[in-house]
Amino acid sequence: MQRHTFLKTILATSAAMLGLTATVAHAADPLEVPFYYPVAVGGPITKVIDGYAADFNKAHPQYKITPIYAGTYQETIVKALTANKSGKAPATSVLLSTDMFTLIDEDAIAPIDDFVKTDADKAWLKGFYPAFMANSQTGGKTWGVPFQRSTVVMYYNKDAFKEAGLDPNKAPATWKELNEAAKKLTKKDVNGNVTQYGIQIPSTGFAYWMLQTLTTPNDVLLANEAGTKVTFDNPKVIEALDFWVNLTKEGVHPKGVVEWGTTPKDFMEKKAAIIITTTGNLTNLKANAKFDFGVGQIAGNVRKGGSPTGGGNFYIFKKAPKEQQQAAFEFAKWVTQPERAAQWSMDSGYVAVSPAAYDTPALKKYGQEFPQALVARDQLPVSVAEFSTHDNQRVTKALNDAVQAALNGTKTSAQAMKDAQKEADRILRSYQ
Amino acid sequence: MSASSSSAAGSGQRSIHAWLLLLPALVLLVTFTHWPAVATFIDSFYSTPKGARAAVWVGLENYETMVDDPVFWQAVRNNLWFAAATIPASIGLALLMAVWVNERIAGRTFIRMAYFTPTVLPMIAVANIWLFFYTPQYGLLEQVTTALGLPSHNWLGSPSTALGAVTLVAVWKEAGFFMIFYLAALQTLNPSLKEAAAIEGASRWYFFRRVQWPLLMPTTLFVLVNAVINAFRLVDHVFILTRGGPDNATTLLLYHLYEVGFKFWDTAYAAAITVVLVVVLASVALFQFFVLDKKVHYK
Repeated sequence: MQRHTFLKTILATSAAMLGLTATVAHAADPLEVPFYYPVAVGGPITKVIDGYAADFNKAHPQYKITPIYAGTYQETIVKALTANKSGKAPATSVLLSTDMFTLIDEDAIAPIDDFVKTDADKAWLKGFYPAFMANSQTGGKTWGVPFQRSTVVMYYNKDAFKEAGLDPNKAPATWKELNEAAKKLTKKDVNGNVTQYGIQIPSTGFAYWMLQTLTTPNDVLLANEAGTKVTFDNPKVIEALDFWVNLTKEGVHPKGVVEWGTTPKDFMEKKAAIIITTTGNLTNLKANAKFDFGVGQIAGNVRKGGSPTGGGNFYIFKKAPKEQQQAAFEFAKWVTQPERAAQWSMDSGYVAVSPAAYDTPALKKYGQEFPQALVARDQLPVSVAEFSTHDNQRVTKALNDAVQAALNGTKTSAQAMKDAQKEADRILRSYQ
Repeated sequence: MSASSSSAAGSGQRSIHAWLLLLPALVLLVTFTHWPAVATFIDSFYSTPKGARAAVWVGLENYETMVDDPVFWQAVRNNLWFAAATIPASIGLALLMAVWVNERIAGRTFIRMAYFTPTVLPMIAVANIWLFFYTPQYGLLEQVTTALGLPSHNWLGSPSTALGAVTLVAVWKEAGFFMIFYLAALQTLNPSLKEAAAIEGASRWYFFRRVQWPLLMPTTLFVLVNAVINAFRLVDHVFILTRGGPDNATTLLLYHLYEVGFKFWDTAYAAAITVVLVVVLASVALFQFFVLDKKVHYK
């Protein structure tokens, strides 16, 4: 008797719940569009993204973009690919532009060209900086839409420059000048301990990217365009790594591996007079540094300047329902319109993705008041694509390990790069 | 005749009843524990499915890759070192703290709570705090060492100290947790033993060595099993502190497994590593339970 009542209650509850979900599904008319995004720089980025989604939803009542903060780039791709493998792919996700080959190999993303139909769409796709499209296109297809893109820049403390007798309005333009400035900027206390390093280049997380900011001025590319071959053991690459290693040997750069995340903090705390890191840190530093700082282009060597691009693209997932994919496309298009791209650049510090964005009155005015914001864009003509290959994470790890081994002195630069080359050749064999 | 058939029907009904009661737990156990383990074992003999390419039978290839993988062996070495350092240190420290806070001392409750705090805090938050302890130049550790006139050191960025720094955080975290078990065990000991020892004039150390320590053996075994398992399944604070670096100096087995599985998406190879890890851990646990268990009970 009691059992019967129990069963009845369960049945009644489940029936009620089923009915409830049915009504909820019916009532929620706008199409839910899950959107995963990472945060890789300081500042209130999540609030900004939520704001964009809300604005888009207001303008497009048939859609409901749901932004889901998914951690770092690395954590976001883990979540997105896991969801994809389980059959519940997000409609869209912002992921590293360098993950393009991985996403293609996993058969996870749909080419953007499938959605570009009208002339206006075609014009929009042509509007991005070509430097950013280098990591977004392969095999004649476009796979990603540039969004939070960056280049590497040099931040320098103007007060420290004045103190050391250097021109605070001119960033070091060559390796030689950079090395000399770093020496002058290094300060020691009475015990001989360094209180301020001349220069700091982080070597966790994005060590390969930082190496690339040294190999690019040395006029050498780390990988071919198809992402199937690498050139780690090229003498010019070894020379570039040696330049970095020598900075630590001379004591003008911290010893050991330097944290990516604490580098901007080291700059603000005046523990490093020059730091080399993503332009994405610009807004954070502008808000929090208590001294006047300059932003310079990457110093040149064989070639004048030159920085790899970096950052994330919008990708559209193949397994998501067709209507969601369309909505994701509309959102990506909407958020990269010149006015919003300009706003995003000012909110975050990232480079606006199209020349049209820099022609908007808002960004023009911002650039006049804060010329540091234009440096990352100005070096785009000499920029190269960020290092990216098939099986990207694995090849990148081999390179990261090599850089860390050389910086720690456990291997010579030449040995480290030779080992990494061997490892990369083995991994990439099946793609050649 | 009729009586026996009705009792058979009754027992049949009872066993159905029993199985129905077991069913929810059984379903959960099979779905989330047994089936994944079996599936992982099977997957380790197939290649990784990629995009449109389905998985194919490759036999022992994934295990051969493992034998040739230098990072795997480095992870094994690191993990053995890590286990050898954390297990005795955290158990010893736990015992020491438990014996101490078991006495009647001022502020006993507060000290107990302080010891237990590391266990309650989420590991990621803890690791972030320690990250700044270790930060070169202005981290807590650096403040102390430079005040003493010692040279500056990059604790997490040098291969010689990175693993030691990670180990220290693990010991700090584990010791408080194990202390709780020892404290509970100490409080179940018969107080008349202590009185008898006092009457006999036994020293504090003699009493611990000959009475408390032997009686705590079953607890030590339980703690040991846990410590061994924890030493091989630690992964969270490696993420925050070093991400396995510099140059794999702090890569532990589970971190390597995560990288292979979720960074490189080589799920088949990851399955093979999982199988090895499970087999090793299971045999260690079985050895501890069946061999050591016979020796720990004080008779």
